[in-house]
Amino acid sequence: MSEVTARQVLLEPILNNNPIALQILGICSALAVTSQLSVTLVMAISVTLVTACSSFAVSLIRKQIPSSIRIIAQMTIIASMVIVVDQVLRAYAYEISKQLSVFVGLIITNCIVMGRAEAFAMKNGPILSFLDGIGNGMGYSAMLICLAIIRELFGSGKLLGYTILPLVKNGGWYVPNGLLLLPPSAFFLIGLLIWALRSWKKEQKEAGEFKLAAHKVKEAF
Amino acid sequence: MSEQHESVKRTVIVALALCIVCSVVVSAAAVLLKPLQVKNQKLDIRTSVLRTAGMLKPGESADEIEKDFARFQVKLVRLDTGDYVDPKSLGLKDAAAFDQRKAAKDPALSRALSGTEDIASIKREANIAKVYILHEDGKLKRVILPIHGYGLWSTLWGFIALKGDANTVAGLGFYQQAETPGLGGEVDNPKWKALWPGKKIYGDNVEDPLIHLVKGGVDPASPQVDHEVDALSGATLTSRGVTNLLQFWLGKEGFAPYLKKLRAGEV
Repeated sequence: MSEVTARQVLLEPILNNNPIALQILGICSALAVTSQLSVTLVMAISVTLVTACSSFAVSLIRKQIPSSIRIIAQMTIIASMVIVVDQVLRAYAYEISKQLSVFVGLIITNCIVMGRAEAFAMKNGPILSFLDGIGNGMGYSAMLICLAIIRELFGSGKLLGYTILPLVKNGGWYVPNGLLLLPPSAFFLIGLLIWALRSWKKEQKEAGEFKLAAHKVKEAF
Repeated sequence: MSEQHESVKRTVIVALALCIVCSVVVSAAAVLLKPLQVKNQKLDIRTSVLRTAGMLKPGESADEIEKDFARFQVKLVRLDTGDYVDPKSLGLKDAAAFDQRKAAKDPALSRALSGTEDIASIKREANIAKVYILHEDGKLKRVILPIHGYGLWSTLWGFIALKGDANTVAGLGFYQQAETPGLGGEVDNPKWKALWPGKKIYGDNVEDPLIHLVKGGVDPASPQVDHEVDALSGATLTSRGVTNLLQFWLGKEGFAPYLKKLRAGEV
């Protein structure tokens, strides 16, 4: 494996190797929690912390984990971290934890966390793994925050609960786009963001897996 | 990996050690944060009571909520007779210490509901319920009753607030539910909740609640218009659940005997 520097593992995942845009992981929660920016921020911080801490812990004991049970061992560590985060949220941010409800628990199944533990933390030292977790968490957060800003601003005319675009029903001029408040809208937005990112950074484009053959025989007519 | 890493004995030891460490971390977090979580839950219930009563001001702080809530009296009601119960007779410090949810599971404090009675699908009903009442200038202003019942996926837990006549709705709200977001989850939509105030629960018969949800919207010309609220679009089963739980809790298995006495000024 080639040498990786701390700077690389921290910054690469934000644009060049974004977990959502390039690896297409963690889409489920990106749809579910991005209709309000405040909720999104808490989710982003939680996922970043869980990814960083679990990568750190997995890396710390990577030489002790027998390979036959390594996945379940990683799962145990990740699940414990998620429960701790859930408990902390319930104690210090009750309203938000109610809105996030089941999605905090579902961080366990977020492919990014598991993916980093298996792909990076099992092969690298604890400090580097920790930074890698932070980096991937930030990549995930960057994408989520983009989505949340667009969805909250144009869906309900607010940002962090403050009115930016006064709505018609409250005497303003803006007619909100209700679709943006529904989860499927995030699919369109993620698609558009990936398109934008890949047009800018051409190397992220994937080679087509197959090509449609041109018609050689004239049929019908 | 060396041979030693893969032996059965070692695998078991590593797995056990990992489990012990993780469980210590998880239980430590759960135990240490419990007091704060309980406080949050209490505040949440109080906020919900105030909101349902239509008395929550926007942006109210926790202290202000506590202060507003302190104006309410917490009372325990025997559901079958509709009389108040002294919390001391249950061995409790005060009425606020009563946990209706726990009582519903305790065979000594609850009863099983038969299939025909159990329209709200709650299986067991506590014999005693905790209600919140507010008097202003010596007159009854609000009665807030706890209600719950099954929707589509989850049990909906909430309150219904009645005005001083113990018949007109002042508000309805759920503080815990897990219905489909965007469909049944719209029970939390302020616009839908705004349809409730002013609706009447009973007609001439004071034991038979008439209030219900109507699919396709309420016809303003209907003779029942005072008892009807629009159902949630795209959420037939949740709407049915809400109707059922209101019918149950405001009916004679629920608070009807109490409300009857309250109206007559007997309690």
